[in-house]
Amino acid sequence: MHSDLPLARDKTAMLVPVLVGVMVFLAVLAAAGALALGNILEDWRRDVSGSLTAQVPPVPGLGEASRVATDERVAQAAAVLRAQPGVASVRVLAEAELMALVEPWIGTGELVRDLPMPRLLDITLKPGAAARANPGQLAQALREAVPGATVDEHRLWLGRLMDLGEALGALGLAVVLVVSGATAVAVTHATRAALATYRPVIEVLHMIGAQDEYIARQFARSALLQGLKGGMGGFMLALPTLAGVGLLADRVEAGLVPSVSLSALDWAVLLLLPLGAAGLAMLTARLTVLRTLACMP
Amino acid sequence: MSHDTGTRERRDDPEGQSVVRFDHVGLRYDLGPEVFRDIGFTLPRGSFHFLTGGSGAGKSSVLGLCYLALRPTRGGISLFGHDVTRLPRRLLPRLRRRMGVVFQDFRLIDHLSAMDNVALPLRVSGAPEADIRRHVPELLAWVGLADHLNAKPPTLSGGQKQRVAIARAVINRPDLLLADEPTGNVDDRIGMRLLHLFEELNKMGTTVLIATHNEQLVQRFPYGRLHLDAGRLTWHGVGDPPPDRATAVPPRPRQS
Repeated sequence: MHSDLPLARDKTAMLVPVLVGVMVFLAVLAAAGALALGNILEDWRRDVSGSLTAQVPPVPGLGEASRVATDERVAQAAAVLRAQPGVASVRVLAEAELMALVEPWIGTGELVRDLPMPRLLDITLKPGAAARANPGQLAQALREAVPGATVDEHRLWLGRLMDLGEALGALGLAVVLVVSGATAVAVTHATRAALATYRPVIEVLHMIGAQDEYIARQFARSALLQGLKGGMGGFMLALPTLAGVGLLADRVEAGLVPSVSLSALDWAVLLLLPLGAAGLAMLTARLTVLRTLACMP
Repeated sequence: MSHDTGTRERRDDPEGQSVVRFDHVGLRYDLGPEVFRDIGFTLPRGSFHFLTGGSGAGKSSVLGLCYLALRPTRGGISLFGHDVTRLPRRLLPRLRRRMGVVFQDFRLIDHLSAMDNVALPLRVSGAPEADIRRHVPELLAWVGLADHLNAKPPTLSGGQKQRVAIARAVINRPDLLLADEPTGNVDDRIGMRLLHLFEELNKMGTTVLIATHNEQLVQRFPYGRLHLDAGRLTWHGVGDPPPDRATAVPPRPRQS
């Protein structure tokens, strides 16, 4: 399409793409961080919500008597837990499993069998009931039935971790908002500054009878192209940075940090940032030109 | 110059034959003193006038009012029969397209080639690109710039730029041609050639108003003359303004 403007070739024209690029770069990083963190939290929530572990202390003493007493307590605890709403199943960990759990620390042997080891019960919550199940209530019922028994909540410490994670996520979101706002201001001003250079051109087009729309359209189109150029540039630059951070996270390794990943939807959201910046440049150019023209008779 | 924009059929003239009419027009910039006041004249359709007067007499302001760059602070101006003081802003481009303006400082767009500069009025009014490619080089050749079709204005001499500016003003075969010192930067031979171009246009029906302080030029052509002195119109007629400056004869349309 024909254009009467040199916007793409001008020296000052670099201002808009460069600014848009830098701002989009920052916005993409912040947004990617917030989104990835959100995904991690989502994973955790899924892991956490499905199960609880209950602990029943052994009846003191050696020998068969105390073992039987302990078994009784465990059976009692399991019964109480099964009766609780929201509990799908309760599985008593067999002695062999317990041995396997402690083996790395204390080894195997006859002596180990005599250690006063607490028994563990694996509680699976009904799907969907996880959110509603009240761990406090569960723990209390158990405590009343079996003295000394506790519900060990992953939830408790994971919950705190998630609080932290959510705070970080909110922080990331705030950064995105601030960067987006700054982008808007920068793009607006850069576009205006670039347009100031073209005021004589705007005047000439106006004087030879161009409709405002004809003039505004040309400027808007070129601002859109420049915004896209800068925005996609910033986006592309953010990709290796994100890949680098991802690599570092992977090296921290399994378990501690869940694998960082972004879904297709997340990428779509990130892609909106350069597109939004370009759209903003276009809108600013359009409004600026129309306002400039409105001052001309 | 065979281009026809198709505007001829639409030429309405509810007030008869006047293309430009000034009625007690006063103009001031911001809060300054009035640049001129009580200017009144009529340019009948097909007339050819020179606008003379010393520098600072207000020639450029009169032209600016004509091509709608300025709005009068007092009085009324009508163009092609439309009262421009009451016309909504969005309708002004249509009036502007019926005019060709040669600015004193040319106002060429530096990054566009001579061809693209001349093509602007056609593009603005949505003329087909094929027409543009045919007519623009033709006209540029006519003003002696056949070898400079793709030259950018900064590489052209003052006279060459002026001819590009004139070509841009006439490419649309305007109903009204306004020129501010159009022969200021060219030698006599080219100056005469340009004046003949304006005469050609005038013969085809274009109303012409040329601001100049080139007395020789005015003497050589038997056309009407508006003379400004210190913000007042002191003479409207053919030939030299009388020394007493009090008389003003009514406008005389040029017969073609």
